[in-house]
Amino acid sequence: MPELMQFLFSGVTVGAVYALVALGFTIIYNASDVVNFAQGEFAMLGGMIAVFAVSAGMPLPLAAVVAIIVTGLIGIGLNKLAIEPARGAPVVSLIIITIGAAIFIKGATKLIFDKQLHRLPAFSGDTPIQLMGATILPQSLWVIAGAIGVFIGLWLFFTRTLIGRAVLATSNNRLAAQLVGINIKWVMTLAFSLSAAIGALAGVLITPITLTSYDVGIALALKGFAAAMLGGMGNPKGALVGGIVLGLLEAMTAGYISSQYKDAAAFIVILMVLFFMPQGLFGLKSTDRV
Amino acid sequence: MSLLSIEGLSIEFGGVRAVHDVSFNLKAGEIVSVIGPNGAGKTTLFNMISGIYLPGSGKVMLDGEDVTGVAPHLLARRGLSRTFQNLQIFQQMTVLENAIAGYHLKEGGHVLADMLNLPSSRKRAKAATEGAHALLERVGLSRAAEQEAGNLSYGALKRLEIARALALSPRVLLLDEPAAGCNAVETEEIDNLIAEVAREGVAILLVEHDMKLVMRISNHLVVLDHGEKIAEGDPATVSQNPDVIAAYLGTQAEEEASHAHS
Repeated sequence: MPELMQFLFSGVTVGAVYALVALGFTIIYNASDVVNFAQGEFAMLGGMIAVFAVSAGMPLPLAAVVAIIVTGLIGIGLNKLAIEPARGAPVVSLIIITIGAAIFIKGATKLIFDKQLHRLPAFSGDTPIQLMGATILPQSLWVIAGAIGVFIGLWLFFTRTLIGRAVLATSNNRLAAQLVGINIKWVMTLAFSLSAAIGALAGVLITPITLTSYDVGIALALKGFAAAMLGGMGNPKGALVGGIVLGLLEAMTAGYISSQYKDAAAFIVILMVLFFMPQGLFGLKSTDRV
Repeated sequence: MSLLSIEGLSIEFGGVRAVHDVSFNLKAGEIVSVIGPNGAGKTTLFNMISGIYLPGSGKVMLDGEDVTGVAPHLLARRGLSRTFQNLQIFQQMTVLENAIAGYHLKEGGHVLADMLNLPSSRKRAKAATEGAHALLERVGLSRAAEQEAGNLSYGALKRLEIARALALSPRVLLLDEPAAGCNAVETEEIDNLIAEVAREGVAILLVEHDMKLVMRISNHLVVLDHGEKIAEGDPATVSQNPDVIAAYLGTQAEEEASHAHS
């Protein structure tokens, strides 16, 4: 049994990170129907900026805040420089633009920082906690708490606040949203900054466990995308559940089959979801009126 | 003084003059209808007035202020709202939520207060919900309040769109074919609703193909053909205007008519 518990712990930890990345996908998707493949780069930037802020002498909490704010601003820049000028283009074109932006961000990070692996100190020590015969790192608890906190915040934001509902209205019908007085440019700016900040938080939280470098973004983006698809694109609850389920699947695959097949789990999930239930676990069935 | 003044509005699409030098005025409480054959430029004119298209030249004055090319969401704030010929409804929301969305500008609560569900934001949400219910009652949709908007009939969606526009308490309301696709009973309901809204002092600009409706409720008609204003005046005068008859029936009919007389 301790073996299973150990896999569960590591699955939930990595799943919480996927959930955070998936939540980032959710916000931009809700505002614009765009799947932002630069979402993983936001997580990479969060980790890298925090690493260099710490090495420049900043205390860790301040470095984390700086990383989140700077990444949020980069998110706004992505929207203003790459998405907004192409407004009116089909969604597929916008998605391709985000892939281009991801490659650009990755390259720029390699030039500005370096190509090395980096780590951050754990937030509250490295002493593992004994729990039901298995061990869990304190940092894992931080990651899980981060995912749950962001989920609750987003859920309240989208269901209760006027701005959150304005974001949903914008995705539902942009023209109708403008007619009732919603500034859709502002909604897009908000969505990109919020997504980027959440991505950066994921990066900061996971770096003490998995390390970071300029090229970790793409893997996180694909896993987060798989999680969001599994849960149902656009639904925060789906993102959380999808992330955790995907993390557990990976951990079980690595533990009971082989760690070499770990990454295959995510891609099998994407294929299965696309084949058998394209709307995901919690997604709405999409209907188009002709 | 007129609430909405259109001064020489023109727009071209790739050399085609879709609307050319159109001017007219709209006073509070007045119903003005823009009529003309298909392709005359009626919807294009609406799109320029409501900030969707930027006019090539000319001005739109709202209550003495120049609002030419101002974005739709800002026009909504200034009291100009509109409906669309081809429906712009939040399909995946319920009927009630669609109407509540119209209260977006009036609600304006603080994000944190809303997230914590403080009494102040609960009160605001309640006010918006009550207002939305009253509007649905007014357009005859209160029984469908909890249905998903996408499931409603075309005629019902037309009325929902009007309800949402009214939620903004507009001073000027642009209705693009509000009765299209509605049966006779629904058309009469919309007819009564428009007249009632006008009596409350809202200036209404209407595009409509149902000539009976237009003749019954309009104070003033503006006739477009090939993007140009060919006549304007009260319904009785305009319907006797030979240019208008020619535009509607075609010159061939006119020729035949003159042959018959000779």
